[in-house]
Amino acid sequence: MELTKDEESALKGEQGEILQMAYRILVATGEATDAEKLIPIEWAHLSGVNYNTIGDAGEEFLSGISKKAKVKVRTTLNPMGFDIDNVSNYNLDDNFISKQLSIKNSYEAMGVTPSFSCIPYEIFDIPKEGTQVAFAESNAAIHANSYDNLKTNKESAFSALASAITGKSPYSSIRKEDSPNLTIRMKVKNPNELTYGMLGFFAGKVGDTSVNISGLGEMDNRQCKAMCGGMGTSGTCAKFLFGDGDVGCEKVDFDQKEMQNVHDELNTAEKGDLITLGSPQLGLEEMSDLAGKLKGRSFKKRCMIFCPRTVKEQARKIGYTNELERAGCEILSDCCTCLTPLINKNDVDSVTTNSIKGAFYLKNSNGVGVNLKSLSQIVEDETR
Amino acid sequence: MKILVQGKTQGIILKSQQAINFLGTVDKKTGIISDKNHELYDKSIKNSILVFPSGVGSSVGAYTIYSIKSNNTAPLAMICQKADLTVATGCALANIPLLVDDKMFTSLQTGEKISIDTESSNPITLL
Repeated sequence: MELTKDEESALKGEQGEILQMAYRILVATGEATDAEKLIPIEWAHLSGVNYNTIGDAGEEFLSGISKKAKVKVRTTLNPMGFDIDNVSNYNLDDNFISKQLSIKNSYEAMGVTPSFSCIPYEIFDIPKEGTQVAFAESNAAIHANSYDNLKTNKESAFSALASAITGKSPYSSIRKEDSPNLTIRMKVKNPNELTYGMLGFFAGKVGDTSVNISGLGEMDNRQCKAMCGGMGTSGTCAKFLFGDGDVGCEKVDFDQKEMQNVHDELNTAEKGDLITLGSPQLGLEEMSDLAGKLKGRSFKKRCMIFCPRTVKEQARKIGYTNELERAGCEILSDCCTCLTPLINKNDVDSVTTNSIKGAFYLKNSNGVGVNLKSLSQIVEDETR
Repeated sequence: MKILVQGKTQGIILKSQQAINFLGTVDKKTGIISDKNHELYDKSIKNSILVFPSGVGSSVGAYTIYSIKSNNTAPLAMICQKADLTVATGCALANIPLLVDDKMFTSLQTGEKISIDTESSNPITLL
């Protein structure tokens, strides 16, 4: 990889140990992914925030570097393990809470915006077309590349942190103009968000760094997010292109049979003890839509809704949260279904959700059963 | 040959034909491989030149590599058959030299003493 004089000097340690470590990460990542150089980025979005995922080693590392490190570009943050406003309602031990708060403090000390959201593309202004960014959250990286006209690698927690500190990122293949060698033909009729989540999951499994998808009709926001979430969960693919692609492209159909395969893999329970909505977190539009769907109805069991703090505040002002809480929803900000410590297999056997990403992690990390249903089906079956 | 993390060291090779999942497989206090199903079970990777195909599993394993370095139980260097981002970022965090070379992976054997100098035109030499 070619480095500028300034980058070489930082890598040698002439600009301090934090920058040296950050450049070591960028060079190691760049060499591993065959990048030829580093390029400037304007926005970093970090993962590696939830104590449930990074543990003591992550907490200690962040605490150590936060005394010296400062981010150089706008940097936002993935969800953490809980919502401080209602954490006492859940059985989390004091150690978890204090370690999580230490992680939060470390990021804030480095100058990171404490957004605790996996949908930065929905709560922040999108920079101009073609802007280079570094997003570690997989659904956000795919959304940025596929819908927002931004360019990012599917970063790791470490490469995104190094990018935040240096303002640089490896210039690897996905940042250049790409032409996928695979086209997925969408053949399932009348898709809902669950269908798009499963399509994304399938695409992530069969795709390389990017895939074409043909046969897609108009998609709403929820469906786009579901597709990005599903894709980010199952593989390393970082971008959808819409259409048939080049003539020579290999074609694969996503039909009823392929969809059933994904469904069989992730749907492991007939019903759920509770419902979770969010993974990715809900935006304001989804909160509004849900409040409308729940007019005059109430959930028959617990329903946890995950959204960013800013969305919760807006929703409260407009009156959506009143309506949702009246219908029995628990609204949580700063955290999400994905890798949540708030759902424990000692208390819960199975969870109903419309999120493919949520289903994957509930099954594999929380070890609970998963009952997959679309939102409209959830409202029909689980409310009165 | 790819040099992912630069450095200079010498030591004795500990080789595994099996990939390593650093998260949950390595005891951070001792550097001993604690996974009964692993070829290196009960062996310590501390102060070795660890030669293995690649890392597998969660990217959080990178923090484990950083931890074993902080606890002085880390290998002196690592040589892999193919690059993976978990080991790459872990070695970068911990400042452990990391080289990727398919041929070297095949030829190097446990017990051999080598020196590594990534600045040299011949980064790996048998001693």
